[in-house]
Amino acid sequence: MKYTEIMVRYGELSTKGKNRNSFIGRLHGNVTKVLKDYPELTIQPHRDRLHIQLNGLDAKPIMEKLKNIFGIQTFSLSIRVSKDFEEVKKTAIDMMHEAYEPGMTFKVGTKRSDHDYPLDTNQINLQLGDAICVEFPEIKVDLRKPDIKISVEVRHDGIYLSYLTVKGAGGLPVGTAGKGMLMLSGGIDSPVAGYFALKRGVEIEMVHFFSPPYTSEQALNKAKELTSKLTSFGGSIKFIEVPFAEIQETIKANVPEGYLMTIQRRFMLRLTDMIREQRGGLAIFNGEAVGQVASQTLESMAAINEVTTTPILRPVATMDKTDIIRVAENIDTFNLSIMPFEDCCTVFAPPSPKTKPNMEKTIKFESSLDIDGLIQRSLDNIKITTVEPGDTFMDSKQDEISSLL
Amino acid sequence: MIYFDNSATTKIDDSVLSTYETATRNFWGNPSSLHNLGLNAYELVESSRKQIADLLNFNPSEVYFTSGGTEGNNWIIKGTAYKKREFGKHIITSSIEHPSVTNTMKQLESLGFEVTYLPVDDTGHIKIADLKKAIRKDTILVSIMAVNNEIGAIQPINEIADVLNDYPSISLHVDAVQAIGKNLEGKFMNDRVDFYTFSGHKFHAPRGIGFIYMKDGKQLEPLLAGGGQEHNFRSGTENTPAIAAMAKAIRLLKDDEEKKTNNILELKTKLLEHLGKLENVHVFSKLEDTFAPHIICFTIDGVRGETIVHTFEKKEIYISTTSACSSKKGLESSTLKAMKVPEKIATSAVRVSLDENNTVSEMNEFIQNLDEIYNHFQILN
Repeated sequence: MKYTEIMVRYGELSTKGKNRNSFIGRLHGNVTKVLKDYPELTIQPHRDRLHIQLNGLDAKPIMEKLKNIFGIQTFSLSIRVSKDFEEVKKTAIDMMHEAYEPGMTFKVGTKRSDHDYPLDTNQINLQLGDAICVEFPEIKVDLRKPDIKISVEVRHDGIYLSYLTVKGAGGLPVGTAGKGMLMLSGGIDSPVAGYFALKRGVEIEMVHFFSPPYTSEQALNKAKELTSKLTSFGGSIKFIEVPFAEIQETIKANVPEGYLMTIQRRFMLRLTDMIREQRGGLAIFNGEAVGQVASQTLESMAAINEVTTTPILRPVATMDKTDIIRVAENIDTFNLSIMPFEDCCTVFAPPSPKTKPNMEKTIKFESSLDIDGLIQRSLDNIKITTVEPGDTFMDSKQDEISSLL
Repeated sequence: MIYFDNSATTKIDDSVLSTYETATRNFWGNPSSLHNLGLNAYELVESSRKQIADLLNFNPSEVYFTSGGTEGNNWIIKGTAYKKREFGKHIITSSIEHPSVTNTMKQLESLGFEVTYLPVDDTGHIKIADLKKAIRKDTILVSIMAVNNEIGAIQPINEIADVLNDYPSISLHVDAVQAIGKNLEGKFMNDRVDFYTFSGHKFHAPRGIGFIYMKDGKQLEPLLAGGGQEHNFRSGTENTPAIAAMAKAIRLLKDDEEKKTNNILELKTKLLEHLGKLENVHVFSKLEDTFAPHIICFTIDGVRGETIVHTFEKKEIYISTTSACSSKKGLESSTLKAMKVPEKIATSAVRVSLDENNTVSEMNEFIQNLDEIYNHFQILN
């Protein structure tokens, strides 16, 4: 069947009262950005639906892209026909031929915005139902849980029919919840945390600490590549590299081993918070999961968190590692994350960090350091780039490898 | 030239050789090196591993590269014996295994292990009843080949696996060197198998490369200790170009496997039908589904195997006595001996082993020459 449009149903934003227009506007913008390679499409946002006229394009690749866009509950492929009811019947029957398998039940549901149409919704439901029952004598109607639901919409410009409903990504349109900083390490958890932040509509900016020569260019590129993976959910993302070697060296030289980790993390958080302030962010996201490693015990979190009152949101805080990995696989970051490059968290990791750091000691050890100077020198040297969908950073010979194999 | 000795080795495929060459030139870094040259080589090795695993329905983590079939068999058998020696010292194998299995068993016997060599029937197959009888409380390993290299008998791996389902602590090893790529996976790929051995040069990959399958969760004591490559299980700098070449060769092997195997089977059928018409021959490879499609072992009675091989050689037709590994020693075939074939007949045995590059016209030419040779030697009878 030659479909004419994709009808997109909004997710939770239907309930968002006054902000509705800005939500719809943002979703419209995000959809337009993601589908920018298809200028033939006509995208029309309405109060409760978004209509994408295909204008002759194949729906399949477009549907694949829509599946990643947050703020979409479901979408359906539909066909527009004229208001000639015989044509509506014929199309409904064609659809049933495509969808029906023996034993399935069906229902017809009609909405009417063109109230001048001679048939009302009940009449349309009944007449189409009759026509289908004549064509498929075995078929049964089930109004509660049908296997196939034929949706009919009578609009001013024609009548729209659809039966296939695809589940969208849910969540809220990226950007509607404001901006947050994501502390991106390069491991498995932080990209997943970023994904969840995007899902709730947050526009994220990546804060990545790197410590050359203790960490390699490859580790930096890996973090950028992970960022590139996340751009498929909400478009381009700012990537902020924060130099961290001097701070790590200074801490290493001046702080007892058990407190290296805690104090390093406090510096990271301070830096992230200052960058957040400069860039108008409202919250900080990270990939911490309670109890996973020494820095992620509640005691450690408390000792680290003490440097700021900015909300620190930890989307994977209570998830098991296996569940985090499953999400990472679904969003295609897992294989990248497990590539073995040292990141700044592992290079200076003490053999036995305190899992229950003492706050007073933490502050005492820190007080011998030139905190402001260290932070300022790092901030002076941050580098901000924009990662666009499709960017690649790993110096991979994968193409050559594929041709060899 | 007609090459009918593919169970001894195969000719490297041109495109596989070109992969080998390119990988040698462009991916020469040590895969363990941290810099880019190393990472590129690492990626090539891991992509190869993944490709091999995907094609054989293994996990990449279950594929370990070796230098070939002999190392694979030695490693799996010795590595299991060493690892499980506290639990038992009894191993079961068959009396028709490749020497890399049999002689490994002999070494273990000299170290105090006990080995039961299952007999075979007159068709070269072990009997499940014998296996059941041989299993003891202290049995740690059963090692049985999938396809016999001398006569092509397919051992009942699925039934062996069924028996061993009741003995989860016994490891099961299958030497699949002769079985891969012959559309036989249903007969030897079984979830109960813990280890498989494979060798590259039997399927148009270079010499000196092979791999084993080690089921996830299983362990082997390393044979080669050193730099910790292959997850610390098989040290030694990875043979990157050979690994890539082997991965490519397996891809080619798996393309149209069924069709290619049917062609091979057609050639075997032709030869067997012809041999059936000759009076003074014995044929040990049958046209049944308990025999592999590519190996035909037969005799011209009264003529020594070497004599037949050399006579064909003069006509640029290459076959072998029953197994290339032992053929130089002039020994009678060990598989035939295990089948209780009289020595006089066994010493006449030769092996034709085919692959997908052989053609009907080659087989016709072979048969024509066979007739001449056969008729010539009838003066001896």
